[in-house]
Amino acid sequence: MTPETAGEPLLRVEGLKVHFPVTRGLLRRRVGAVRAVDDVSFDIAAGETLGLVGESGCGKSSTGRAILRLYAPTAGSVRLEGREISRLDGRELRALRPRMQMIFQDPQASLNPRMTVGSIIAEPLREHTGMGREEIRARVQELLDAVGLARAYASRYPHEFSGGQRQRIGIARALALNPKFIVCDEPIAALDVSIQAQVVNLLEDLQEQFGLTYLFISHDLSMVRHLARRVAVMYLGRIMELGPRDPLYARPLHPYSAALLSAVPSPDPELEARRERIVLRGDVPSPRHPPEGCVFSTRCPKVFDRCRREIPALRAAGQGRRVACHLVEPEGEPGPDIQQRRSG
Amino acid sequence: MRLLHLNALQRRRLANFKANRRAFWSFWIFLAVFLITLCAEFVANDKPLLLSYRGELYMPIFSFHSEAEFGGEFQTEAEYNAPEVICLIRTGGAEACLDDPEGILAEAREHGTAAGVPITDPGWILWPPIPYSYNTINYEVSTAPSPPDRNHWLGTDDQTRDVVARVIYGFRISVLFALLVAVISSVIGIAAGAVQGYFGGWVDLTFQRVVEIWSNMPSLYIIIILSALFTMNFWLLTLLIAFFSWTSLVGVVRAEFLRARNFEYVRAARALGVGDWTIMFRHLLPNAMVATLTLLPFIITGAIGGLAALDFLGLGLPPSYPSLGELALQGKNRLNAPWLGFTAFFTFAFMLSLLVFIFEGIRDAFDPRKTFR
Repeated sequence: MTPETAGEPLLRVEGLKVHFPVTRGLLRRRVGAVRAVDDVSFDIAAGETLGLVGESGCGKSSTGRAILRLYAPTAGSVRLEGREISRLDGRELRALRPRMQMIFQDPQASLNPRMTVGSIIAEPLREHTGMGREEIRARVQELLDAVGLARAYASRYPHEFSGGQRQRIGIARALALNPKFIVCDEPIAALDVSIQAQVVNLLEDLQEQFGLTYLFISHDLSMVRHLARRVAVMYLGRIMELGPRDPLYARPLHPYSAALLSAVPSPDPELEARRERIVLRGDVPSPRHPPEGCVFSTRCPKVFDRCRREIPALRAAGQGRRVACHLVEPEGEPGPDIQQRRSG
Repeated sequence: MRLLHLNALQRRRLANFKANRRAFWSFWIFLAVFLITLCAEFVANDKPLLLSYRGELYMPIFSFHSEAEFGGEFQTEAEYNAPEVICLIRTGGAEACLDDPEGILAEAREHGTAAGVPITDPGWILWPPIPYSYNTINYEVSTAPSPPDRNHWLGTDDQTRDVVARVIYGFRISVLFALLVAVISSVIGIAAGAVQGYFGGWVDLTFQRVVEIWSNMPSLYIIIILSALFTMNFWLLTLLIAFFSWTSLVGVVRAEFLRARNFEYVRAARALGVGDWTIMFRHLLPNAMVATLTLLPFIITGAIGGLAALDFLGLGLPPSYPSLGELALQGKNRLNAPWLGFTAFFTFAFMLSLLVFIFEGIRDAFDPRKTFR
């Protein structure tokens, strides 16, 4: 439930599932499935940034890729600007590509080492527009300006750049076709800390300049807090909690969000000294055999009987927040014993 | 401006190749020999390169000239190595040449006269280094095959054709054949492997079975059967051998594509909406080139060997072609004329060794793990 905008949001994801089949033997008998994304729903309004956080392997990247149709969704619907895109094919899908783009995690791997920067950025233009040579050249230079790279770099190869510069190239490529919606798949995870801030600031500037909408996937909670207006917390393929940034960071409702946020160090030494860490026991279960009931029930410090039987639905919990936990009263206040205060 | 724009990787490969002295020199020697044989018509031919008759220049190598044009009797093309024609050209068309060419030639050489008449405009003939073509039959030779002598450096074969000339033309046909087979089978093999590797799934599974069946066909028998049905010629044989040798490439290209199709930049290209074929050719094919290059020498040497084997069996190119395999067959049949067998053997050994050395160097140059001094 996102009451922010009237009418349809830019992107609406409903009941999205991505299951990767596990096959065995000569005849490729299907013996199971990895439930990478299981029943995920959220909206993103135009011009907004939704942060998607969670630990490795929780399905956040798969969610982003399924939205962009790099993976085929198993079930569910994805609507971009009111148009159902989860079942599009071939031509129609290609025609839609200019509207939605992706910035990849590893800028080294996502740029073809055999192509010059100019031709990398020009590739989407050549594929989707009827631009002539000169027009493309001009547009590439414009894009290089926009991401803060020198125009002369167009004739160089990716290996001649630093990680941050490479990520700028990736961003320029994603911007080439003036998309509305960009999935940022951990765009800063592979960068040095000093460079991360530069790239995040660039993303912010570009958002303002071009009116972009981001789905910002990251495991860096501080960066997400800086960039996103709303945040979704994922665990084992499901959304645990979704809500506006400030209340979520100040007072997480779900035990998992609380544990995740308690792991973020604070820059203030006094607060850091008082920080109470919630250490979860055990490992993340395999997404091939997720636990019955709540997927977090095997590690939840507040687990009780109902959690092991019944999957909690993602229910509204006031202030535009939604939580998937039996402890949270629908539309009400959280149970008294799960409050995890975090200041700062 | 530089002729070729090479990036750092290509420059390093070139440097690596140059560092391998054996491959480097083999390459230049092979290139020189191949270029010479490419101009075989100028090296070994039974028509003069240039001749002067009554002050006018003729290039019989390019144009048709009848004997009558030189004052002879026949309207057919002049036989330039016949003493009558030589005499006619030298003396500027003295009719006495037709009766006693040797005598008139000797007279012209000694006194500058033909049958007592002074020659006003003596002609001359510029021959190629080897004045025989691959199919020139030298009737002057008394026994066939004749051993090497001053005229025939490697002797003549059983039809008194010059062996050197046949080796030059045969070398050219072998190498051209092998290169064509390599090109055709690479194109087919890469395309097939690329489609299988890129699309995977059922396409891959079905196509793999087709390739298995195809590669198990006894190609030699099929070629033998077909050569009984059709008159074999160079192009038909090239296509046939290529059709049976492309399967060796499918495996490696398919493997490279299977590996590379999940590369992040390939995924990025897909997210950008780049078409499948563009992705295959722009982003994936360069990765498969190294593997292809590793296999190419086997295809090329295999094609040369295959052609030689078919010719040796008498099932390859028709007898009108100059063929090294046929020379080897003559060598086997005529053990009393060892120059035939030795020539065939050393030509093959020379050609195949050079090719193997070159490709060994190329493969090493492309190997990223190989370190050079």
